[in-house]
Amino acid sequence: MTTSAAEPIGTNYLTAGYTLKSWLTTQDHKRIAILYAMAITALFFIGGAAATVIRIQLATPAGNVVSAETYNKLFTMHGVIMVWFFLIPSIPATLGNFLVPLMIGAPDLAFPRLNLASWYLYVFGAIFTVGVLALGGVDTGWTFYTPFSTMFSSTHVIAVVAGVFIVGFSSILTGLNFIVTIHKMRAPGLHWFRLPLFVWAQYATSVILVLATPVLAMTLVLLALERVLKVGIFDPALGGDPLLFQHLFWFYSHPAVYIMVLPAMGVVSEIVACFARRPIFGYRTMAYAIIAIAMIGFMVWGHHMFVSGQSLYAGMVFSILSFLVAIPSAIKVFNWTATLYRGSISFEAPMLYALSFIGLFMLGGMSGLFLAALALDVHLTDTYFVVAHFHYIMVGGAVAAYLGGLHFWWPKITGRMYSDAWARFAAVLLFLGFNFTFFPQYLLGIAGMPRRYYEYPAEFHTLNVLSSAGAVILALGYLLPLLYLAWSLRHGPQAPRNPWHATGLEWQTHSPPLQENFEEPPTVDHDPYRYGVPEGAVRAKRHRHA
Amino acid sequence: MATSAHAVTDTELRTEAADFGMWIFLTTETLFFGVLFFGYLISRIHFSAVFAAASRHTDLLLGTLNTGVLLTSSLTMAFAAANAESARKRPASRLLAATAVLGVAFLAIKAFEYYVDYAHHLVPGIDFAFAAPHAVGAAAFFWWYFAMTGTHALHLLIGIVIVLVMVYRLHRATRTDASLSLQITGLYWHFVDVMWIFLYPCLYLVART
Repeated sequence: MTTSAAEPIGTNYLTAGYTLKSWLTTQDHKRIAILYAMAITALFFIGGAAATVIRIQLATPAGNVVSAETYNKLFTMHGVIMVWFFLIPSIPATLGNFLVPLMIGAPDLAFPRLNLASWYLYVFGAIFTVGVLALGGVDTGWTFYTPFSTMFSSTHVIAVVAGVFIVGFSSILTGLNFIVTIHKMRAPGLHWFRLPLFVWAQYATSVILVLATPVLAMTLVLLALERVLKVGIFDPALGGDPLLFQHLFWFYSHPAVYIMVLPAMGVVSEIVACFARRPIFGYRTMAYAIIAIAMIGFMVWGHHMFVSGQSLYAGMVFSILSFLVAIPSAIKVFNWTATLYRGSISFEAPMLYALSFIGLFMLGGMSGLFLAALALDVHLTDTYFVVAHFHYIMVGGAVAAYLGGLHFWWPKITGRMYSDAWARFAAVLLFLGFNFTFFPQYLLGIAGMPRRYYEYPAEFHTLNVLSSAGAVILALGYLLPLLYLAWSLRHGPQAPRNPWHATGLEWQTHSPPLQENFEEPPTVDHDPYRYGVPEGAVRAKRHRHA
Repeated sequence: MATSAHAVTDTELRTEAADFGMWIFLTTETLFFGVLFFGYLISRIHFSAVFAAASRHTDLLLGTLNTGVLLTSSLTMAFAAANAESARKRPASRLLAATAVLGVAFLAIKAFEYYVDYAHHLVPGIDFAFAAPHAVGAAAFFWWYFAMTGTHALHLLIGIVIVLVMVYRLHRATRTDASLSLQITGLYWHFVDVMWIFLYPCLYLVART
């Protein structure tokens, strides 16, 4: 290596071992992050394949590609895989796993062996679930609503639920590991309000993981028991309560939305500050907003049940609380915008992804307010408006941020630079393809097209064709990064330590980082995001001289 | 923190982290059990009179005996932890073994109690019969009874395995060091005990005033 005469003393984490065994038995958080990245990428494309068939089916009003039963299995498969096997672990288990120890100046997570164990749990749950979905399938939808799932469905409900149960423990262990690590292993001087917002976001996410996931786990156990033993837990005919299932399910699954979007907000905060060359606007408010979103997020689950027969008073309370989440969310959007104001902005690929996150998250968030309004929700419940809303948050938001983060830290993770032109092209393509796919679905929902139907009246045809056409662009957009990022691994130029001139401890170590992360345990004596500070100081000095 | 004592701080940090990690895990466990308590509460509100009647069919004697057994096991666990803390290896491992024995005794009594319940046709989904007007509500009560005590028993079983592993590790250790602290094992054991303290009145004492 000619470019790095002063570089490595130790080995970096990639060259520390080349055998398969060295990867499958590693306790290095960076290698485990790579293992996770490969696993979730595979699952993403499986879930995406299901979505592709759904969009092909919906290109014509008559359901003439797959049968109604297969269609039900396809959207269930898409939902189950994308929620539990991609979105939930996406940023925390890959970027979070890689970056949290680096950002806090630690040699690893607090429990490296537990970290590896959680990956194995994930893989085990994934193989199990995908196997079942491929061999027989489930037709309940990803929400597993009772009593259909316990009394009527004749598909492999228990097996899929078991897979989700297993992967739930993988999330719990990751969350536990992050919480302990962030509490106990910060570098000297790195107190809480010097942490990058990415770490704050991972922390809040971990708290949700640890508090919400066990509720889902036990609920799924109860579901399986009711199905096997035919005892009355959720089935009213046997003395059970069908609303109980929905309450318990959404007590997990609504906070789960914040498990998906909070880490994304962390990523975007890092990127926006870096490419606007300005300290993040209102750092403390941003940190508090993250915590507020996590906390309020636990109190809004009933807005999924406005038409399920819960009391009107409960509905009103949940409606008001749901509106409250908009406040910290809006604070974040305003603060990102204020960070951009008078920044010297450059539009590298990660920045394009981050900006597209802000735009799409805002659209998704605003449509969420429509759904939080009791009366309007009666009309919009279970229509394509809801589908569009949560895809704007989860795909437009969370996936865009995941890709943005991947592009931002790719040089650090792999030690290689990718083609910025291709990456920018893909970012723009994804933004256009995404809107092309999902904006028509808002209109379909307002017009009253229900979700989960495998055929529809001819009047919805045009918008569905638009949506399916957009999905083609979106699919291409997702394949592109796979190609040029893979290409960069072999042919990309060597990445310097800090290609973006970003702040943060992770940029101070080698690219790719040493096995032990840092040559010397770092110490911290300043706030995060000191963009523009050295230049400012220089300018002030010049003034004094003049 | 002084850099000269790097190794010491490392072990200290590890113990601290493990301790904290266990507390977080127990928080998770609380929510795990919380679902059962919540479901039980909803059923009890639906069928409050029936729950009172059905609760009288639980075996108060065996339930109370088991409460005593489990509380005693927590006492031996606490003494074992205190002994391990002050490096008294032998009494620590004996008390720990006693804890495991009491745990097994609890499970044995519980198994016998399940058998008695089965003989009285009180197992919903397998063999259940109850006086006509109350059958649905009573089935709900016994369903929660089995789900809650079953989950508890499973946790206790895991606890017994952990305790036995710790007995083995205490025996093998050449000297008492920090890695043999029983702090974390104790936390888990007491948690399982505390869960029982909530289960006992909810299931056995509903209307036995």
